[in-house]
Amino acid sequence: MSNESLDPRVNRLKLGDASAVIKVEEGENWNVYEVFHQEKRGAHHEHVGCVHAPDPQLALVFAKEQFARRKKCVNLWVVRSADILAFDVEDEDMFANNLEKNYRDASGFKVMEKINKFKQSK
Amino acid sequence: MSSNAALTDLIIKMADDELVLGHRNSEWTGLGPVMEEDIAFSSMAQDKIGHAWALYRILHENLGGEDPDRFAFMRPESAFKCAHLVEMPNGGYDFSLIRHFLFDHAETVRYESLQDSSFEPFQLLSKKVKGELKYHTLHANAFIIQLSKASEEGYARMQTALNDTIALAAGIFEPSAAHEEELIAEKVYPGEKALYHRWLDRIYPVLVKASLNLPDMETITPVYGGRQGFHTTHLAPLLKEMGEVFNLDTEASW
Repeated sequence: MSNESLDPRVNRLKLGDASAVIKVEEGENWNVYEVFHQEKRGAHHEHVGCVHAPDPQLALVFAKEQFARRKKCVNLWVVRSADILAFDVEDEDMFANNLEKNYRDASGFKVMEKINKFKQSK
Repeated sequence: MSSNAALTDLIIKMADDELVLGHRNSEWTGLGPVMEEDIAFSSMAQDKIGHAWALYRILHENLGGEDPDRFAFMRPESAFKCAHLVEMPNGGYDFSLIRHFLFDHAETVRYESLQDSSFEPFQLLSKKVKGELKYHTLHANAFIIQLSKASEEGYARMQTALNDTIALAAGIFEPSAAHEEELIAEKVYPGEKALYHRWLDRIYPVLVKASLNLPDMETITPVYGGRQGFHTTHLAPLLKEMGEVFNLDTEASW
C-alpha cells in the first residue's frame, strides 16, 4: 500500500504487507509536543494544543507561529507529550464520588454573615 | 539631510528584496514539508511583504513617491532593484532554507544599523521589525543546525545549498557608486561593506554550530547587477504573476 501524500509523516512508515509487524526506527517519526501559552507575565501557562517537531527547539519555533501569532502572548512552553504522566482512562472511577462530597467545596461555607457581624461589632 | 535620490535608491533596493522574496517564499504555501513548517514559513513570507509595504509607504509619505500598490505592481522589470538572490526559483527546500537563513541575517544587520539612522522613519521601522526578525533568524538557525546534524544526506544537502547560494547572497551587498558615500556621510546607514562584514560575523557562528563550511569569501565573486536593474530571466514571470490581479483593474479600490 503506497501512499502518495506530500506529508512526510504519512509516507514515513512505508506501509507494505498488512500483516507484517511495523517497526518504527528511532528518529523516523517526529515527536508530539504539547504547547502551553502564557498571556501575560506572571499568568499561568495554559495548554493550547500540540505540534510535531524533531526536537524541543524546533517545537518552540513551530509553536510560536502555530499558537502565538494572533492572540497576545509573552511566553510559550513545550513539553514532549510522551513525558506527561496521566491516569488511565479506566481509573476515572477514582473521581466519581467528588460531586457528593460538597462539604469539600469552599463555597459551601457560609461565613459572610459572621464576617459582617464582626465588622459591625467593631 | 541627505538627498531624496540617495534615500529613494536605498529604500527601493531594500523593499524590492522583501517583496520579491516574500512572493517567492509564499510559493511554498500548501507545499511545505510538514504542516507546522508550512504555516511558519508562509507567515514569515507575509512578514516580508509587510516590510516591503512599510518601506514603499515611507517612499510615498516622506519622499514624494508613488502609491505603494501601484509602485509595487506596475513598475517595469528594469525599474526593480532587487538582488538576484531573491529572484531565483525555489527549487528544493534546502535552497529555500539556506536563502532564508542568509537573507534574513542580512536583513537583520541592516535593520539593526538603522536603529540610529539620521533618517527618522528608518529608526521607527527598525524598532517595529526587530521582534519579527529575531523570530525569523531563530527559525532559520534552528533548521540549518537540525538538518545539518540529522543525517549525512541532510548535511550534504545543506552544504551544497550553501556553496551554491553564497555568491548570490553576497550580491545583496552590491555597492552603489552614485549614492552610498553620501548616505554614509549623512549617517543614514553604515554602507554595504560594513553591513557585509557584520553579516559574516552573524552567520559564521551558526554555520560552525551546524559544522558547515563557509566557502572562502575571497574566492567567490558576488553576483551583482540587480541593484542597477539588470535581472535574471526569472524575475519577469514572477512580476507578471504577482501583479496579475492588480493589473486587471488598476483603478479598483480594494
